[in-house]
Amino acid sequence: MIFAIAVFAPLAGSLISGLFGRWLGDRGAQAVSVILMLVAAFFGVVSGLRLLTGLVPDGYVFVGDWLHVGGFQADWSLRYDSLSAVMVMMVTVVSTLIHIYSIGYMEGDRSVPRFFAYLSLFTFAMLMLVTANDLLQLFFGWEGVGLVSYLLIGFWYDRPSANDAAIKAFIMNRIGDLGFALGIALVFFLFGSIRFDTIFADVVAQNHAVYHLFGANLHALDVIGILLFIGAMGKSAQLGLHPWLADAMEGPTPVSALIHAATMVTAGVFLMVRMSPLLEYAPVALAVVGIIGGTTAVFAATIGCAQTDIKRVIAYSTCSQLGYMFVAVSVGAYQASIFHLIMHAFFKALLFLTAGSVIHAMSGEQDMRKMGGLARLIPYTYVMMWIGGLALAGIPPLSGFFSKDAIIDASFYGRGGGYACICVELATYLTAFYTWRLIFMTFHGPRRGDAHVMAHVHESPWVMRGPLAVLAIGAVFGGGLLDHYFVGTGQRAFWNGSISTVNDPHILTSIAHVPLFIDFLPTVLGLLGIATAFVMYMLRPDLPALLAARFGFIYRLLIHKYYVDELYGAIFVRPYHALARAIWHVGDEDIIDGIPRGGALLARGSAGGLVRLQSGSLAQYAFVMLIGLVVLISVFLIFR
Amino acid sequence: MNQVGFPLLSLLTFLPLVGVVVIMSVRGDEAVVANNARWTALWTSLIVFVFSLLLWVDFDRGYAGFQFTETLAWLPQYGVNYQMGVDGISIMFVLISTALTPIAILSSWNNPARVREYMIAFLVMETTMIGLFSALDFILFFVFFEAVLIPMFIIIGIWGGERRLYAAIKFFLFMFAGSMFMLLGILALWFHDGTTSIPAMMHIPLPPHLQFWLFLAFLAAFAVKIPIWPLHTWLIDAHREAPIAGSVLLAGVLANMGGYGFLRFSVPLLPDASQHLAPLMFTLGVVAVIYTSIAALVQRDLLKLVAYSSIGHMAIAVIGIFTFTVQGIEGSLFRMLSHGFITAALFLCVGVLIDRTKSQSMDAFGGVVHRMPLYALLFMVFAMGTVGLPGTAGFIGEILVIVGALKVNFWVALLTGTTLILSAVYMLVAYRRVVYGVIARPELRGLKDLGGREIAMLVPLVVLTIWMGIYPSSFSTFFDATVTAMAKNHALAMSGGGSGAHLASTANAVSTVAMAGGAN
Repeated sequence: MIFAIAVFAPLAGSLISGLFGRWLGDRGAQAVSVILMLVAAFFGVVSGLRLLTGLVPDGYVFVGDWLHVGGFQADWSLRYDSLSAVMVMMVTVVSTLIHIYSIGYMEGDRSVPRFFAYLSLFTFAMLMLVTANDLLQLFFGWEGVGLVSYLLIGFWYDRPSANDAAIKAFIMNRIGDLGFALGIALVFFLFGSIRFDTIFADVVAQNHAVYHLFGANLHALDVIGILLFIGAMGKSAQLGLHPWLADAMEGPTPVSALIHAATMVTAGVFLMVRMSPLLEYAPVALAVVGIIGGTTAVFAATIGCAQTDIKRVIAYSTCSQLGYMFVAVSVGAYQASIFHLIMHAFFKALLFLTAGSVIHAMSGEQDMRKMGGLARLIPYTYVMMWIGGLALAGIPPLSGFFSKDAIIDASFYGRGGGYACICVELATYLTAFYTWRLIFMTFHGPRRGDAHVMAHVHESPWVMRGPLAVLAIGAVFGGGLLDHYFVGTGQRAFWNGSISTVNDPHILTSIAHVPLFIDFLPTVLGLLGIATAFVMYMLRPDLPALLAARFGFIYRLLIHKYYVDELYGAIFVRPYHALARAIWHVGDEDIIDGIPRGGALLARGSAGGLVRLQSGSLAQYAFVMLIGLVVLISVFLIFR
Repeated sequence: MNQVGFPLLSLLTFLPLVGVVVIMSVRGDEAVVANNARWTALWTSLIVFVFSLLLWVDFDRGYAGFQFTETLAWLPQYGVNYQMGVDGISIMFVLISTALTPIAILSSWNNPARVREYMIAFLVMETTMIGLFSALDFILFFVFFEAVLIPMFIIIGIWGGERRLYAAIKFFLFMFAGSMFMLLGILALWFHDGTTSIPAMMHIPLPPHLQFWLFLAFLAAFAVKIPIWPLHTWLIDAHREAPIAGSVLLAGVLANMGGYGFLRFSVPLLPDASQHLAPLMFTLGVVAVIYTSIAALVQRDLLKLVAYSSIGHMAIAVIGIFTFTVQGIEGSLFRMLSHGFITAALFLCVGVLIDRTKSQSMDAFGGVVHRMPLYALLFMVFAMGTVGLPGTAGFIGEILVIVGALKVNFWVALLTGTTLILSAVYMLVAYRRVVYGVIARPELRGLKDLGGREIAMLVPLVVLTIWMGIYPSSFSTFFDATVTAMAKNHALAMSGGGSGAHLASTANAVSTVAMAGGAN
């Protein structure tokens, strides 16, 4: 039951601060939602620990009926197994920290209660997602976080850019969701149920099922896997459905940290891991996951190298790191995927919140070209940024080292992993490069900022610095502490069957024996990346401009994010508008309405002005009825 | 005679007419008459609504046949009787009619002209709507089906906008043309069966070629009501010109009459034709979903935008019906019910703006949220209902229809599912233009947030939207048994290969159940 408190406390906080915010005031709404988040975090952690230490067995809390139609049954229930317990602990803790941080960050905003109501509502939806016991409740949480993400990206609704970004995020997610919905329908079609336990118990029996599509008999489980992955691609901003994530940075920074780094965007990875018992029998789907994930890891990292907006750099980094997690999924190292997910939540939230502190200090400036030399002015933030950066780059002994190493090693061993392995190695180098590019541009070198702004640079208040410290502790020690349980020798007992590794059960044990060069390569590449950034932005600050001029084509490609937005505009958005106008004017007004209009003209002409349809009098009405009756009776007589 | 011991359905049907008599008998100067008419209409519709809750309470949910039945001899020598009754499907439509009428009356509280006649029109409308959904005799059904046109015609034609006559006549002609075909069909059925009692007709098999022609005849009548593409253009004009309360009933109830017609007549009476023509219905439905959702994006007139969205949503219901699966049909019912109150609510939301600014163009707004935060919140709930967000009523119908459609064909499911994307496109863009942004126009600075009357009409719809979204079982318990029996019978009829003997035996099974219900 205490598990249920963890899930529903944020909902209560959201409703109270949202509906009664006008009377509670800013402080009241903050207090209510933060206290209820603390309650949620406490119960989330306690119940999670009880489960993980074996005090209570796996199971689920039944909350109520949702939808029972034929065999299509979905309940409101909270599943707790190791996977959901880990996720609940992470979500409640990170969310609570970000709630606290937001007290400082949103100080003085016009609608503080609304902001906290959204944050808490988001947390609730995310918890419903990770504790779902069937695919439909997962979809509920999935769309719920999508809604709140839309609301929070467009939180400052006066800005046209924020509104555009919000709509873009919602619609791109919806494209993925169509795949997800069809996946649910196909699961039901095949298994006759959408409950996880029923599906997983039946996977082996359905392994030979075929689904007829595109004129071929396809392996049904592969089709399901790919449909679900399309959903995951939308939510986790993978190649093709990624452009919304960078634009989502229009939202307030705590939102970027919570939703667009730590939790919501990882929902796609969570879905894949949750469905691991099914995916293990879907080799083609896993191969697709690996190719897309690996490509995204490199693709997004290269874009991150050329962006100048501090938040966008981190956003592309998120995109790239999510690619890592999908690579882990594709090789069957689901544990490593979740390990990286949790570690990433800590260090990426840390990076975003420190970026938020920088923006706060710079009075809202986000362009790194107008920063520089901040290290002495905001030393605390500077140190935090280093910690987050080291963790992200996977430098030992920080947390990112353990989780990223596990993924890279697994990708070396994984089936068909050659391509993905090269991708993630390359991305490791790029990650370190763009992270230190960010640090050097922001904190070192000459102070390029406006004198007026620079005079006001100040360290954030303690409510903002406190959460940073907690996240930093997680980013420094988390990996070393949890390695044993997540991917080490203790993993089997830890996950307790909530993750399936039927195909390749030994992948995690074998990664301990990878060749030495594979083991060291990521660290070496990371250090090389840092060195490159050091050379380019500290020793020879003229180099980037030179390179940009020399390789103008590549530079333009990167700065314009491979022109994906422009491409979509040309092949989807503009034709869609043109089609819409054509349908309305030509289709409806000219053709469809033209036929009856022509008929009416004809009738009017032939009736010699007797029928004046426009008069609208009751006599005319009766007359029309009369004609109808005549026609009717005559038809009737003819057919008799 | 039935579980409440008195003719409840007839009472519900004709009680509004008592209100009409009361309104007509009021004398005095215009203001007094108007005021009395308003309150009488509101109270009458509220009393009808409260009585209709008896249906909710006393309905036997485990039972698939007709309940609350009443029979009176009308033209017994021709096999025509006054026969009323509801099953799990029609009870929902009766309830949505009785629930939406008071809201429609509330929404036109400040209607200036000829209040007495206006209120009379709405009460007559309510009588015809309830009568239509409870009629168990085809002729009786047809009487109500036609009678419903008269008050709606008058409502659009007298209290409508600038081009009201054009819209009213277009509405009437489309409807009437469709009905003529249905009347022919009814006559053909009557000659074949010798009765017009719907429960009785269910166990008289029809030869396939007759089914084919009857299906087309019924299709004509129901397709214009829903409306199915390409018979939808009257709806755009009607919604644009009708007063908001008229649009509420047009979208909330009249559209559902078409879907109800398919479920009551086409599927059970004409199983072979329904099965064979299902691909046609899928095609029309899918085209409508995509076509209207795309067209909605470029509408500047908010009423036309909602009208287009309404057509797209009803098309999903049509697709659901013709999957003949339990999920598809129940999804279709959820779709129709949720469309009933969510689309009605969207019209009310637009009406709130029209009341304040006399403008219905998107371009006249922007930044409304600054002045009307509560309105923005409620509008958001309905927008999300339209988009089909899980947790709102709109989602339930959508996902069930997709699940049902996938059992039939992947591509039907995929193309139906595009509504997930397309409806989000037009709805979010419209919401953003109206609600978000800065206030650019000075006349919007003085906007007042929702008043008590507006809250009273919108909040119940919000509650319904969320209630049906998170606890749809409380609705589906009513129609589960009926729909399951319907899907089973259809499957049996199909597996019988359409042979007369099989049809007869399965239809007999249905009707025995139905008759047993009548004896309750």
